[in-house]
Amino acid sequence: MTRTFDEINDKIRSGQVAVFTAEEVVAMAREQGVKKAFEKADVVTCATFGMMCSSGAFLNFGHSDRRIRMTDIRLNNVECSGGLAAVDTYIGGTQGSVDRPMEYGGAHVIEALIRGEKVRLEAKSYGTDCYPRKYAEAYIGLEDLNQAYLYNPRNGYQNYNAATNTSNREIYTYMGTLLPNCGNVTYSSAGELSPLLKDPHLRTIGMGTRIFLGGAQGRVVWEGTQYCRNVVEYEDGGYDFAGATIAVAGDMKQMNARYIRAAVMQKYGITMFVGLGIPMPVLDEDLMHDLSRPNSELYTQFVDYSTGKLAMPKLGRVSYAQLRSGSVELNGRMVRTSPLSSLFMAREIAALLKEWIQNGRFYLQQPVEMFPEKREFRPLNAKGE
Amino acid sequence: MTTKLKLTFPAQTATKPLSYHLVKDYDLTFNIFQARISPGLAGELAIEVTGSESNIKSGIEFLRSEGINVQHLSGSINHDSQSCVHCGACTAVCPSEALYMDENGRLAFDNELCVLCEYCIKTCPLSVLAIKYTE
Repeated sequence: MTRTFDEINDKIRSGQVAVFTAEEVVAMAREQGVKKAFEKADVVTCATFGMMCSSGAFLNFGHSDRRIRMTDIRLNNVECSGGLAAVDTYIGGTQGSVDRPMEYGGAHVIEALIRGEKVRLEAKSYGTDCYPRKYAEAYIGLEDLNQAYLYNPRNGYQNYNAATNTSNREIYTYMGTLLPNCGNVTYSSAGELSPLLKDPHLRTIGMGTRIFLGGAQGRVVWEGTQYCRNVVEYEDGGYDFAGATIAVAGDMKQMNARYIRAAVMQKYGITMFVGLGIPMPVLDEDLMHDLSRPNSELYTQFVDYSTGKLAMPKLGRVSYAQLRSGSVELNGRMVRTSPLSSLFMAREIAALLKEWIQNGRFYLQQPVEMFPEKREFRPLNAKGE
Repeated sequence: MTTKLKLTFPAQTATKPLSYHLVKDYDLTFNIFQARISPGLAGELAIEVTGSESNIKSGIEFLRSEGINVQHLSGSINHDSQSCVHCGACTAVCPSEALYMDENGRLAFDNELCVLCEYCIKTCPLSVLAIKYTE
């Protein structure tokens, strides 16, 4: 027996679809077996709510009278890209504001807009015959913009390092504060709820996949930047998947600020929590096997963040069950573990997406093109320090 | 009884043997969690004091008479639970494990274990944590 996207969408239409969250199928497969779980579930919802730096938004302001071709654009004092057409811009989530770069940035502007607040636009130009205006200032909200869509070039990392610090000083990183001498471990994954970790071969996720993005229905629009496909095999026979990422887009006007939150990592800077949910059609039993893998069978690696080198030292593997227990053994002693992505919010999104599908508000989209199985991961050969 | 206090004092009082007086005159024992004293600037001391209720009261009065500002820890971290996303970043720096993730993936706080270090406040990515002190 197998299922197709069309059959599942027919079931959604007729209200007969059986939807479970990834955590629910983990429990179901453990109690009743993978075969039974496959027979019961048409769709499995996965979700994550983590800080995803490679995020931002395309905005179109509309034309002013007289017209301006904006070259130097700021929103609430956050510099935006001026290298597009006259009144288009891209605002990067991690861009710090000119006056308070470690406190307020692009992610805050994006969150404010979704929240329904007005932000201050200030734009300059050199003036042309067709765009004579040299300065424009306005307070604008989402409703004033023609288009406002989140376009995040790299979200939903398949798997992510468990971070630690072997040096003898405290370090401040995008993985949080790491205490000296491996004094703690942080990790950022929804584990058994995490979308790309549960479809490790990307059999259902590809270009065009409909997703939950920031409270709206968005799309997977391209492979994510730095996309690659790694299967890490360990000496003891274990393995894990890593490297795949997705670029996602969605209409900010449909979003809910509960699921897009600006964040500041101490002594690192601005970043953004992104709420992402992906429904998986349970096409066959093999896929259910992957979907029902529990935290105890999903692994990542301890990575030393103290060197700043391209090849960060790896210190062995650890399962998400161990990480979630609150402490792990590292270098012969017990070390505290802390999550950075919110399990609480991931569960909320997986449950909400399940509800949407059950109520016929969300249909599955078969990818129009699958992502490549091989992609080289290239370094930058930089001069200087 | 045991109570947690935060003492802030001007530079000129930092030279007095306050702990000696608290022990000798008021029969109090205490545990110092944090001490931040900068030359020429106000100092800060976070302590847990144990003794009889009346002695603690008298001890606090003594400290205040010496120009020291004494605050009690209110009983909980002021945690804006509507805004908190329960990410867990604060638990990475909490030295006493007063902040931890409960079995439902929610941030939990055990006041008994808190040592007033305030690391969590600077670490919180959403700035939704604050320690509430009362007089």
